[in-house]
Amino acid sequence: MIRKLLAFLGEYKRQTILTPIMVTGEVALELMIPFLMARIVDYGILGDGGMGYTIRVGLLMILMAVLALVFGGLSGKYAAEAGMGFAKNIRSGLFKQIQTYSFANVDKFSTATLVTRLTTDITNTQNSFMMVVRMAVRAPIMLIGATIMAVSINPQLSLIFLAAIPVLSISLYLIGKSAHPRFLDMLEKYDGLNEKVQDFIVNIRVVKAFVREQHEEKKFIADAEKVRDAQLRAEKLVILNMPIMQFTIYTSIIAIIWFGGNMVIAGTFNIGELSSFIMYILQVLISLMLISMVFIMLIISRASFSRIIEALEEEPVLNDKDSDVNLTLQDGSITFKNVNFSYNDDPNNLVLKNINFTVESGQTIGIIGGTGSSKTTLVQLIPRLYDALNGEVIVGGHHVRDYKLKTLRDQVAMVLQKNVLFTGTIKENLKWGNEQATDEEVIEAAQAAQAHDFIMAFPNGYETELGQGGVNVSGGQKQRLTIARALLKKPKVVILDDSTSAVDTATDAAIRQVFAEKLNDVTTLIIAQRITSVADADKIIVIDDGEVNGFGSHEELIKTNEIYREIYESQSKGVNDNE
Amino acid sequence: MSKAANATKPARGPIGGPRAPRKPSNLWATVLRIAQYMRDDKWILFVVFVSIIVSSLANVIGISFLQVIIDDYLEPLINQPNSELMGGFVSVIFLIGWIYLIGAISTYVFNRLMVGVSTRTLYKIRIDLFQKMEALPIKYYDTHTHGDLMSLYTNDIDTMRQVLSNSVTSFITSFITVISVFIMMLVFSWQLTILVLVMLVVMLLVVKKVGGKSANYFIKQQQELGQVNGYIEEMIEGQKVVKVFSRQKRVLQDFEELNEQLRVSATWANTFANILMPIMINLSYVLYAITAMVGGVLTIMGALSLGTVIAFLQYTRTFSMPITQISQQLNAVLTALAGAERVFKVIDEKPELDEGYITMVPVVMNGDGTVNESNERTGHFAWKEVQDNGSAVLTIVRGNVVFEDVTFGYEKDKTVLNNVSLYAKPGQKIAFVGSTGAGKTTITNLINRFYDVPSGNISIDGIEINKIKKSDLRQALSMVLQDTHLFTGTVKENIRYGRLNATDEEVVAAAKLANADTFIRHLDHGYDTVLKSDGGNLSQGQRQLLAIARAAIAETPILILDEATSSIDTRTEALIQKGMDRLMEGKTSFIIAHRLSTVRSANAIMVLEHGEIIERGDHDQLIEQRGKYYQLSAGMFELS
Repeated sequence: MIRKLLAFLGEYKRQTILTPIMVTGEVALELMIPFLMARIVDYGILGDGGMGYTIRVGLLMILMAVLALVFGGLSGKYAAEAGMGFAKNIRSGLFKQIQTYSFANVDKFSTATLVTRLTTDITNTQNSFMMVVRMAVRAPIMLIGATIMAVSINPQLSLIFLAAIPVLSISLYLIGKSAHPRFLDMLEKYDGLNEKVQDFIVNIRVVKAFVREQHEEKKFIADAEKVRDAQLRAEKLVILNMPIMQFTIYTSIIAIIWFGGNMVIAGTFNIGELSSFIMYILQVLISLMLISMVFIMLIISRASFSRIIEALEEEPVLNDKDSDVNLTLQDGSITFKNVNFSYNDDPNNLVLKNINFTVESGQTIGIIGGTGSSKTTLVQLIPRLYDALNGEVIVGGHHVRDYKLKTLRDQVAMVLQKNVLFTGTIKENLKWGNEQATDEEVIEAAQAAQAHDFIMAFPNGYETELGQGGVNVSGGQKQRLTIARALLKKPKVVILDDSTSAVDTATDAAIRQVFAEKLNDVTTLIIAQRITSVADADKIIVIDDGEVNGFGSHEELIKTNEIYREIYESQSKGVNDNE
Repeated sequence: MSKAANATKPARGPIGGPRAPRKPSNLWATVLRIAQYMRDDKWILFVVFVSIIVSSLANVIGISFLQVIIDDYLEPLINQPNSELMGGFVSVIFLIGWIYLIGAISTYVFNRLMVGVSTRTLYKIRIDLFQKMEALPIKYYDTHTHGDLMSLYTNDIDTMRQVLSNSVTSFITSFITVISVFIMMLVFSWQLTILVLVMLVVMLLVVKKVGGKSANYFIKQQQELGQVNGYIEEMIEGQKVVKVFSRQKRVLQDFEELNEQLRVSATWANTFANILMPIMINLSYVLYAITAMVGGVLTIMGALSLGTVIAFLQYTRTFSMPITQISQQLNAVLTALAGAERVFKVIDEKPELDEGYITMVPVVMNGDGTVNESNERTGHFAWKEVQDNGSAVLTIVRGNVVFEDVTFGYEKDKTVLNNVSLYAKPGQKIAFVGSTGAGKTTITNLINRFYDVPSGNISIDGIEINKIKKSDLRQALSMVLQDTHLFTGTVKENIRYGRLNATDEEVVAAAKLANADTFIRHLDHGYDTVLKSDGGNLSQGQRQLLAIARAAIAETPILILDEATSSIDTRTEALIQKGMDRLMEGKTSFIIAHRLSTVRSANAIMVLEHGEIIERGDHDQLIEQRGKYYQLSAGMFELS
């Protein structure tokens, strides 16, 4: 798992390797300092080294400390470069991977978790990486180095290390091990709480309209309590680290003073060495502490790692590897042959059943059917947003799988039912359809979608900034902008998936008129609720429960198709009575 | 609340603008506010404080015994056995043992207590924040992105958690250790202490310089991180559109640019943060080396004892460690404080004002037209106004809604409604039609006081709505909104949201009324199917049916349907028409729709354009007028 992530080091490998090297240098120098101190005490002060020796060794110590500072500083610098570069690469890599996803992949993850993976999870990974390249190297080297130094000074007294190290490591391990599930539990409770808040914010109008503030608060408090308790349960274990650490250090110091002191009294050990010994055991135990911290950090971040990797490893359900780069759509004709479709590839759970129809290039096709009758699913197969389970979808003379996805989708413009505008000006948003479009082309598309007039009514016209998601335009205006955006592609096929539902009838009619007059060579598929939106289409497909129930012109269907007639009557009742 | 007024001052753009993470602007005020949340735990905090002192002192005093042991026992005892001195040595060791034991226990005590305090504090802050958010007006939600509000919980409180549970105690420990070590140093040797002080100044200068640089870059990093995350959010949200337009390459390019920018500033920020620690550690080694050298010289000159020098050397290590620690955690603490400040800023936002005093109570209707207040649900309600003398005036809630010269705009200089006057008699169906953006939804935002009217007057049953308590006013209305959002939870819970004490039978009845029963029964677990908050597993139309059921179960005298059936196909709409009729029976209903078949049977239809009512009348009258309404309906049928 970790190896997979490390592949993202890329051009920052050099810094990644340099960091531990610098750390090693720093640690080696730091280890020498207590040793030199012992020489000053035992040879300079107590022995016959005298003033000159003391000053010489002292200066050497200062030099070493300064060198260690340089090494340490460099290690910090390299760690930052490596860590941030690493994070950048993962972020790019993941973002890129998500760009290759198909609709089915996006559906599987949901947008919220993809965002978390790209933000919080990567930050966690970056932090633990930096910590690891610095601490995970520093601590073991310090541990081993200090132990070697201690053994070389006094092997007998080093036996204290042998006792202290296992005691501390085992207790740290046990704490870490039992804390891990509690931390996971805490994070889970945390997610639950965040979900509640998200729910609340999205639903704020409903909450307020039904005066359910108290109710929401009760739910929130219950969750907040769970978070509080889970956090307490997790953290009260981790805080044991500190006192246990202190206890071990203190015990070791006393043992060193007692046994070492007795050796000093017996004349087999020196006072300076004794105090350097205390320094070394401090360094050893602090290293252990750091190792356990790194450990806990890694364990906590593991969830993040695996979430990132899961998203990275997600293979796009659709790919165009075997497609022909040069293949383009001949025209806007569409044929469905025995098409079945299921969102989970389950032949027993078909959403579309045995769909057959042919649309000639340039025709206008209405698609009508009840709520949940799979109208949207049907048209999504045309730009190959999903693949049919079996059967053939032929667009522009070739099977949709034979085209490069980009070629196909550039020629088949689809206006989604749940559509989104992006931060930026109106013009920038429209140019999504075609980046090279001239201002005239942009205006032309806007006019066709009946958007030009209201755009011009804004003080800044086409340069009006849209907030995220297009918050400062109304639903109907948004729909018209998304239609204009699709038209800018100059496609061979246009699919409007209930794209004028929030547009008033007069504007809706005007848009259809443009389609009929100016865009008569473009195949147009219109999913609509209103019969009027489809009545003048060349042909109308009536979908019911995933099957084609009727296919024909308005006049034919009125006569032959029961469902169509019912829909027609449900809408015409009223005004007709008055005529 | 004067502090609150200050905190809300910083200007904000109309759409919230990108989050600007920054240094806490009012550091101490923020610290004090956090402390306020710990007030209930003040005795525990006192014990924590005492334990920290004991723990730090135990550490400091323990080291001072090194001097005693070396000078009074070891040196004299070298090769000169003396059982009396030896006994003293043993008892000193025991004494140190006791001191250390007490120290370790104190460490456990304060850590354990502090975990409790910090989790409780976070709990309180969370709840406080949530309660304040509930009280915020809709306008606040309309002008801030959901992401901003969410990150208060996901980022800001989370960083506070990390800091509260780690940094607070280590800050205090460090502080006390530094002071007590300093005192001990002075006691041991003033000459060496001067050395330490000089070095300390150098260290502090380094911290200030490097730390300052780091902080500046951290601010930049946070801003750019905000941009990157904002971009991620937007593009992932719009991922399907990106794919439909094959924009992946371009989007990736833009992303790479932002990402690289972030990398540069993050690298600088972290470089400075990273080098701070090794610099501090190694400066402390420099100090150690200088002390060893100078101390050695002084000892040889006879100015100091060996034990003093060795103990002092230990102190220089103990002295610099806390300083390193503080400098290391400073950034985390500042980030957390900045987060806390953002949280407090929301807490200090002006809540939705409610100067209303008239409440709505259930009543029993007497035969003679008088009413009596009741404690149970009776299906009848009255507005209750308590007079100065304590007696209550009851006005039956009938749903007589009157707009008088209402003018309104979301922004000051942009009116959405102009001099709108209208009335709805009890039980009437009033419909609004008009092109998008004509102000239809705004009218409903005003009736339930999501927004207040600056000019003009709205009344219900002769009572100005701003005299009615908001919660009671809203309980008199039920709404089905244009964008239907559901809650994470079961279908049953979602319907029951309209009236929490509704029985299962009532839930099913409401679902049947909305024609939702059939599809609900087809779901995997029927009424107990768990829905996700974005309702991903239901179509828009099905969600609208649930919203209608939710409104139906509320049984309120006034009903507002804002494009409630826009995503429901007309055939299904015709099917639920009967249910809708029953739902609206006896209620004053406001219906917004662009589909004329939906509004045809209304008692009065208002045609809105540019915020003004340009036509009004029932369907027949409006057709007769041959005006805009006629055009709309004709436009609809010239094609058939």
